Amino acid sequence: MTRRQGLSLGLLGAALAFGVCEAVSRAGIVRRSYLPPASEVLARAVRLAGDPAFLDGIGVTLRAWALGLGLACAIAVPLGLLLGAVPVVEAAARAVTEFLRPLPSVALIPLVSLLLGSGTETEVTLIAYASLWPVLFNTVYALGETDPLAKETLRVFGFGRLAVLLRVELPTTAPFIAAGVRISAAVALILAVATELLSGFGQGLGIFIAQAETATDGTRDVLAGVVWAGGLGLVINGVLVGVERRLFAWAQESRPETGTSERGRP
Amino acid sequence: MTAIRGNGRPAAPGGAAAPFLLRWSVLLVAVVCWELAARAQGSVYFPPPLRIARHARDLWFSGPVGHLFLTSAAVDTILPSLGRMAAGFALAAVAGIALGITVGRSRVAYALCNPVLQFARAVPPPALVPVFVVVFDFGTPMQVASIAFSAVWPVLVNSAEGARATDPLRLQVAAVLRLTAPERLWFLILPSALPRIFAGLRLSLSLSLILMVFSELLPGSDNGIGFTLTDAQTRSDLLTVWSALLLLGALGYLLNTGLLAVERRLVGARTSRGRTA
Repeated sequence: MTRRQGLSLGLLGAALAFGVCEAVSRAGIVRRSYLPPASEVLARAVRLAGDPAFLDGIGVTLRAWALGLGLACAIAVPLGLLLGAVPVVEAAARAVTEFLRPLPSVALIPLVSLLLGSGTETEVTLIAYASLWPVLFNTVYALGETDPLAKETLRVFGFGRLAVLLRVELPTTAPFIAAGVRISAAVALILAVATELLSGFGQGLGIFIAQAETATDGTRDVLAGVVWAGGLGLVINGVLVGVERRLFAWAQESRPETGTSERGRP
Repeated sequence: MTAIRGNGRPAAPGGAAAPFLLRWSVLLVAVVCWELAARAQGSVYFPPPLRIARHARDLWFSGPVGHLFLTSAAVDTILPSLGRMAAGFALAAVAGIALGITVGRSRVAYALCNPVLQFARAVPPPALVPVFVVVFDFGTPMQVASIAFSAVWPVLVNSAEGARATDPLRLQVAAVLRLTAPERLWFLILPSALPRIFAGLRLSLSLSLILMVFSELLPGSDNGIGFTLTDAQTRSDLLTVWSALLLLGALGYLLNTGLLAVERRLVGARTSRGRTA
């Protein structure tokens, strides 16, 4: 199957899904207030793009997202390099991280809002905490997988620890770190929306959804908000994948999007 | 975990005991430091860990032996949460694996569904919870539905990828041997997709835990660990907040360890503990 055929089948699939949702709602199989027709939801989502207040909300959410993710990367990459480069430190830190990681990050929302109040600070802190882990773990694991031969060769030629880090380890680790950032970006969006949904006032995509929920017949607005949230997630992921492909074209990392079956010879 | 690294780097000098000791001693030192600092500062926001642990025990694990030491508060809090999470995760796992393998076995079905799946996966799950609140009202059905609906996508997408990547040569051999469709599924497609399926299941498990807590944090819920958290938050009862966090961390750890054990048994040592998200 060529790429073009796949794409057109995909569009057909999307149209089918759209049609089914539309039909289920119009035929009255479920209550219209539960599942409004897909066309109405989509129309509303498009109309929201012209609503300055809504766009401001999206801006607020995206700013918190970017700040949190940036903070997480600024902490996780150096920390991961340290942990990955010094095995003793990694072993020492592992117990602490193994205890912190399984804690579902949304559970921290009550604690952090008690500590910092309910504002941007809380949101950014929570986003940064949650999106720290994928970047950190990817950095540590990737550093453990760098080619020992290349490192030894540099050492034999008299390069120091730092030179080895800069010349061998960072370049091999970078694609993995980027993949970690991509996962973190999705996590950060989850936390941004979750925090806003719970805080309930102010501005943001989550707050728009929370307020639409309480309005009568608000499902259409809630779903329009969900469409926006999914769209944001797709755009963010697409941009990051594109950046990764461009920057690390030399890295032979098999990404889930590329699949493996095409290359398998029958 | 420390001993075996991909490049055969020695873990740490002194055999297996040293890293183990090092690991736990560091945790111990960290907790002791926290304890001392918290006592010295007397901050309301960061109570000493010993008090948190004692509070957690008093709240949930000081019951009679006959109830496995669980107090009635624990039965009313932990069990409903776990039950909803188990139901949601089980639904997501069954539906995700079944649909994923179906979609993954047919190229046309895969191409048809791919964009819709990618979109569904891109939606941050908490955004969908209000939709379920409207449809189901508050309570267990809405919570189970939001857990299942959010946790299904990683399993589905990964199962589809796994089933799609079955070695075509082996499939041709199976055709030559005239294996029936169920036989092919059981002996060929499932085993080769299993590592991917488990990678998806692990993601789904942590999503289920997140959604379990989140759906209980919403105003309107009236039991569960998440409710305990918000309830304690409104009363500024920080000891209970910290205790609930401790409990959730322990639960997350146990659940993940359990799933990893199942994975090791089913998939074998060769692929488990790959790079995970």
